[in-house]
Amino acid sequence: MSFENFTFYLFSTILVGAGLSVIFSRNPVHAALSLVLAFFTSAAIWLILEAEFLAIALILVYVGAVMVLFLFVVMMLDINLNRMKEGYWNYLLPALVVSGIFLAEIIVLVGGRVVFDKPAEVAAAITTEGNTLQLGRLLYTEYLYAFELAAVILLVAIVAAIALTLRRRKDTKLVNTSQQLSATRANRLKIISMPVENKRSEDNS
Amino acid sequence: MITLSHYLVLGAILFSISIAGIFLNRKNIIIILMSIELMLLAVNINFVAFSYYLGDLSGQIFVFFILTVAAAESAIGLAILVVLFRNLKTINVDDIGGLKG
Repeated sequence: MSFENFTFYLFSTILVGAGLSVIFSRNPVHAALSLVLAFFTSAAIWLILEAEFLAIALILVYVGAVMVLFLFVVMMLDINLNRMKEGYWNYLLPALVVSGIFLAEIIVLVGGRVVFDKPAEVAAAITTEGNTLQLGRLLYTEYLYAFELAAVILLVAIVAAIALTLRRRKDTKLVNTSQQLSATRANRLKIISMPVENKRSEDNS
Repeated sequence: MITLSHYLVLGAILFSISIAGIFLNRKNIIIILMSIELMLLAVNINFVAFSYYLGDLSGQIFVFFILTVAAAESAIGLAILVVLFRNLKTINVDDIGGLKG
């Protein structure tokens, strides 16, 4: 067995095991950590496929940002796990049927025959230049419009996430400084005219 | 020799695992979101494998965009989850029937 075969089978086994651990673990924290393992392992598989930039980006974006966000939310929420797990195995049969049929279909479609035996011949420039340079050149020329759209999508996600979770506390003691500085006499003091009430003092004298 | 079929079958196995995960963990929204992330990962493996075996970098560009959209999706999903928990004190799918007639 060659080294390439060995690494592929090793990482695929770990990846499938991590995926099973994500869906079967009782504790959401364990599921999130298994998902981190799955992302690391698939980054290794992408390295076998010579996609270095995406492998590093997967680790940075997913393990560094998204999974930390998941763990943060899991820790913040106080979840009743026992209620969550009741009737866990009720839908085992439909799950097995649906996923089994899906897997069997894909294996019948692509598994039996060898679609591409070896990588297509690539130009020598691509192999010597490196993946990141090629990808960057393609991204900033041919896919520039889509790249800008992706940036807009990220901006919308930032605004939406902040707008959803932002709340104004009612018991806060914070005052608005500019409002405070621009206060005039008319805002604070109100002079009303009312009839004189000095009848009692006249009676006393 | 590892062929393209190996990678496609690996992606299919991962995708069917996450389908089963959505069926089994149908009460826990956090695990459902994690299963969706796993599905996107399976699709990305297919894209990268095709990109390698065809000698075409467009597949990796697609993976880049999928990563972007998936990050945005999970951020908004988790924000909705936090708001939901703040209002209802639960994230059990059974308790979230506010729009049911």
